[in-house]
Amino acid sequence: MKEGITVDLVSKDKLDELSSEERINYIIDEVRKGKILVLERGLTSSERVKLIQQTMEKIDHDTFIGIEIEGYPEEKRSFIHRIFGMVGKPRITVIGPAHLLKTIRRDDRVIETVIVPGRRDA
Amino acid sequence: MGFHFSSLARIIQLLFGKKHARIGIYGAPNVGKTTLANRIAMDLAGEVVGTVSDVPHETRRAKTKKNLKIENGTSSLTIDIVDTPGIATKVDYMEFVRNYGIDEEEARRRAKEATEGVIEAIRWLDNVDGVLLVMDSTEDPFTQVNVTILGNLEARNLPVIIAANKIDMETSSPATIKSAFPQHPVVPISALTGHNMQALYSKMIEHFGKRKKRRWIK
Repeated sequence: MKEGITVDLVSKDKLDELSSEERINYIIDEVRKGKILVLERGLTSSERVKLIQQTMEKIDHDTFIGIEIEGYPEEKRSFIHRIFGMVGKPRITVIGPAHLLKTIRRDDRVIETVIVPGRRDA
Repeated sequence: MGFHFSSLARIIQLLFGKKHARIGIYGAPNVGKTTLANRIAMDLAGEVVGTVSDVPHETRRAKTKKNLKIENGTSSLTIDIVDTPGIATKVDYMEFVRNYGIDEEEARRRAKEATEGVIEAIRWLDNVDGVLLVMDSTEDPFTQVNVTILGNLEARNLPVIIAANKIDMETSSPATIKSAFPQHPVVPISALTGHNMQALYSKMIEHFGKRKKRRWIK
C-alpha cells in the first residue's frame, strides 16, 4: 500500500479514558510519529500549556520541529462554574507536526488547514 | 507575642491592595516584548533590559528589572518586570538559516536555546503577580499562543492587561484585539515610539495594584 499521512479522529470517549498527563503523552507520541489528530474534545488551557512545554522538550531540530495546533476556545463558563472555579469545556482541536500541518485561515466557525508533505524543505 | 510591622503591612496590603508586584511580559515571538520592557525600564529607571532584533527568539532567557516605580498623581505601584522569551508551539532552526542568513551551527544553537526559553517563560507563570500580554496589532490576535496564555491566566486568576503593540504601523488594528478579547483590558501602545505609555501605566496601577486573589493550578 502506498504510504500516506495518517489522520486520526479521536473520540471524546477515548480522551476521557486517559488522565491529563496520559492525554498529553498520547498526543505528543502520535504527532511525533507524523500523525495528524483531530480531537473531538480538545485540551484545557493548562493542558495546552503543558503540551507546549513537553513539545519544546521533545524538539530535536531534525525530525520534530514542534506542533501546529488549532481549535476553538473553551466554552464560556457559566456563573455557577465561575463560582466553583470550574473551567470551560474544551472544543474540537486539530494537532499535527509543524512540518506537515499549516493553518490557512480561521474564524469563529471554520478552521482551514493544509497538509503539506515536505514543507520544511520547500 | 509581639505584633510585627510586617504583619501589619501585610494586612494593609490585603485590605487595600498591592504596592509591589512582579509583572511578566508575555507574548508570541516578535510582538515587541523586549521593546516594551526597554521602554518601561527607560521611562522609569533610564536603563534597558535586553537587545531587540527582527530575528525571532532574540530573547531566550528571562530578564528581570527590579523596583520600577510607576506614579500617577496620588497613586503609585512599584513593579519588577520579567521580560520572558516568546512562547511558540514550534521552533525550526531552518527558518533562521533561510530567512535571516544565520549559519547552520549558530541557527541550531539558537533554536535549542529558544526551546529552553519557552519552557522558562512558562515556568515563570508560577512566580508573577500579573501579566502584560503583548500582541502585535498588525496581526490576527486569535492565535493559539494568545488564547492559551489568556486561558491559563484566567484559570490562575492572574490579572492581565493586553498591550496592543505596534500602533505606529499603518496596518495596525487594536480594535480587532479589543473585539477578540472583550473580557480583558486592552491598551493600544507603540513601545517603539512610546505612544500612549502613560495610559498603560495608569491601567497597570489600577489593575495590578488590586487585592490579590490568586488561584493556584496544577
